[in-house]
Amino acid sequence: MDNIILEMRGITKTFPGVKALNNVSFKVREGEIHALVGENGAGKSTLMKVLSGVYPAGTYEGDIHFDGEVRRFSTISDSEHLGIIIIHQELALVPLLSIAENIFLGNEVATNGVIKWPETFARTKTLLEKVGLKDAPSTRITDIGVGKQQLVEIAKALSKKVRLLILDEPTASLNETDSDALLTLLMEFRKQGMTSIIISHKLNEIRKVADQITILRDGGTVETLDCHTQDIGEDRIIKGMVGRDMEDRYPPRTPNIGKTLLEVKNWNVFHQNHRDRQFLHDVNFTVRAGEVVGIAGLMGAGRTETAMSIFGKAWGHKITGDVSMHGKPVDVSTIPKAIAAGLAYVTEDRKHLGLVLNNNIKDNTTLANLNAVASAGVIDEHKEAQVASDYRQKLRIRSHSIYQEAVNLSGGNQQKVVLSKWLFTNPEVLILDEPTRGIDVGAKFEIYTIINQLAAEGKGILMISSEMPELLGTCDRIYVMNEGRIVAELSKEEASQESIMRAIMRSGEKH
Amino acid sequence: MAIDTKTETPKVSVGDYLRKNVREYGLLLALVVIMLFFQVVTNGVLLRPLNITNLILQNSFIVIMALGMLLIIVAGHIDLSVGSIVALVGALSAIMLVKLGIPYIIVIPLCLVLGGLIGAAQGYWVAYQKIPAFIVTLAGMLVFRGVTYLVLQNRPIGPFPKDFQILSTGFIPDVLWFLSTDPATDTIKNWTALVVVLIAVAWMVYNGFRSRKINEQHGSENEPFVFFFLQIAVTAVVAIFIGYQLATYKGLPNVLVIMAVLIAVYTFITTRSTIGRRIFALGGNEKAAKLSGINTERLTFYTFVNMGVLAALAGMIIAARLNSATPKAGVGFELDVIAACFIGGASASGGVGKITGAVIGAFIMGVMNNGMSIMGLGIDYQQLVKGLVLLAAVYFDVYNKNKAV
Repeated sequence: MDNIILEMRGITKTFPGVKALNNVSFKVREGEIHALVGENGAGKSTLMKVLSGVYPAGTYEGDIHFDGEVRRFSTISDSEHLGIIIIHQELALVPLLSIAENIFLGNEVATNGVIKWPETFARTKTLLEKVGLKDAPSTRITDIGVGKQQLVEIAKALSKKVRLLILDEPTASLNETDSDALLTLLMEFRKQGMTSIIISHKLNEIRKVADQITILRDGGTVETLDCHTQDIGEDRIIKGMVGRDMEDRYPPRTPNIGKTLLEVKNWNVFHQNHRDRQFLHDVNFTVRAGEVVGIAGLMGAGRTETAMSIFGKAWGHKITGDVSMHGKPVDVSTIPKAIAAGLAYVTEDRKHLGLVLNNNIKDNTTLANLNAVASAGVIDEHKEAQVASDYRQKLRIRSHSIYQEAVNLSGGNQQKVVLSKWLFTNPEVLILDEPTRGIDVGAKFEIYTIINQLAAEGKGILMISSEMPELLGTCDRIYVMNEGRIVAELSKEEASQESIMRAIMRSGEKH
Repeated sequence: MAIDTKTETPKVSVGDYLRKNVREYGLLLALVVIMLFFQVVTNGVLLRPLNITNLILQNSFIVIMALGMLLIIVAGHIDLSVGSIVALVGALSAIMLVKLGIPYIIVIPLCLVLGGLIGAAQGYWVAYQKIPAFIVTLAGMLVFRGVTYLVLQNRPIGPFPKDFQILSTGFIPDVLWFLSTDPATDTIKNWTALVVVLIAVAWMVYNGFRSRKINEQHGSENEPFVFFFLQIAVTAVVAIFIGYQLATYKGLPNVLVIMAVLIAVYTFITTRSTIGRRIFALGGNEKAAKLSGINTERLTFYTFVNMGVLAALAGMIIAARLNSATPKAGVGFELDVIAACFIGGASASGGVGKITGAVIGAFIMGVMNNGMSIMGLGIDYQQLVKGLVLLAAVYFDVYNKNKAV
């Protein structure tokens, strides 16, 4: 068991102006699951890119030893040749091709360029069995869920005779059931002797599967913890990541709850694309001033769809129901009207729906309320810069100036820019959809602090999250959704991971 | 990564700044180099007063259309139909002016409205029916060309009344005629041209310094002084030289003035107005723009209406210049216009582009066309060289982008 399969020694990688990795050492034993953790920007992905040859030998300092030999990879295929396979967070599958075509893409079962389909399908079937997928090899990727797509990626890795499997945030977009299935699969592979490296922000998952944990911080190795010789708690890992004890992951707040702000009644929505399918059924909820209200549920429960259909009918079809603010009905039939009514929607997908990535912080901040910094259609640039600077300071956006492009910011700072944009519209109710997805522990704490401040100012917050501890830690009241319905409403005292899961499971039995 | 969140004037080093903005300065430099090159190989013919006037007249309509095309490309679309709109509007104006005898004062605004309607007809399909602009305007290109043949019944119409021709061939009258003592011997025959250009340059310099000062007061980012100075100096020298040359000939062509005003207006729209900002956001990320409360459909629609109006203006300028409306007018213009935008640094995927870039891009193409014609190179070589220049310019962009990452 103590056979070292991979050792990276003294890796230093410099980008213009930034030392991304500084003398990093990293050892992986054969047949283990090794977790690599650290805040965003700590250098995890860069280290894996060095390992897989994305950054070719010569562009970094230090040595990579694999199977006891020094290796110099100049392309990804060099590392793949030795069985080092990396599965990126953003899956690299072609949506309109079949599972079989994707698995053997670039590596087709063919003679002289003519594909042997029967063999391709047969081999795909065997691979799919290994990862526990029952779908036909001819199914198109677009027709299966993200969880299954992740498994297809793993099957693809298996087809390449993988020896060291690297998974970058494999469960970031998976619900709990799919995550569990994936982790079980990894443990199954470990039994068969495969080595894997898993990069994740979800510490509970890491605790579950990892044999060793290496923590990176600011481009350097902090420590490697052995999970078998000692019991490593989440707090212990966090301490290593942020360099200090984190007594409380959720900043304290004394709720000061006022009158009802937002009320949604009998909200029925049909599916955007499958137009005869009703997706949301009689959704009713309220958000009061100064209150943080959570919506829990599994992926596909209809949480995002509820938010987007209320926010100017940005999702769905044949929408019926009533929305009122301060007890008076309001028109939210278009996005500008919803904004005028005092709503703001911070999307779960900040890169595709939240930010104009090639615009700078300033332009993104004022986008939703441009008229406030303009007169007669002419932008007052200095007023605009002032607004952007204020939010940059207030939300502590780390950047060299407000003129930095959004694409160059870390996830947490991007999220703060999106928040700035919506705060500048001066909303009464903010709908936050997965506000801390993919951002590190330190930035999460900052986002929670901002949420608390907003609630203290008397704004209503509706928070959608797949991380139950986060909802439990921040919300005053939690609605549970399942299959397009609200199936439970839990007070802070009633709410727990168990009570939420129970509500989901029970509602599933009824239908 | 800098970790301070204080507001302070960011100090930009000259090297960093150059690396970030190599494209813009490179473009201006390329135009100057190309002009100097042809000036030498044509033995000084290129920058003679007569030829400068010709250069402006020949390229004005490409520049005017490039202004509208840039907005469309920034919004993430394309318009292939502008060449056909040019022909159709030219034909309609000819019918109204020549056959029906309607005065130009009515015909010109009417044609601009018609152009807007043509743009609206295409914009509707792109914006509201979500049909790709490439397909809609390809259809438009065929349809409007066909309609042109129909209305002209395959025959050119002309000549135009004198007052309409002035649109394209006229010059700004010399209001400072009293400054010339003897028109026959003076080198400067049109003081107005020189004075107008000098005033424009003075205004540009004043404005440049003023906005730097305001930026400093507000702690906003300024370009390093060297670049500011060089850019202003090069622009001023070129402008004054051209102004001087024009002053020794017939003065400022009307189209130059129209073009200059439009360039100023569209630069303002793209850099200072909310509409401009929203078009950039729309092209950069349509979904995010929509979720920020921007009416993306209407905005797309208006960029096409705008393109139609500018194409109509270009159509009339061309018809007036040729003094006849022919069914073949404007063939292939869409490609020159689109190429000008891409040479000028616009991104094919939308969200990126500059009016000044598109204008300089148009002039780079124009100077090359003109220079090669003077050298006696045929249309064959001209096309070949233009194609290669387009590819090289875009490759330069891609290369820079990859290097930056």
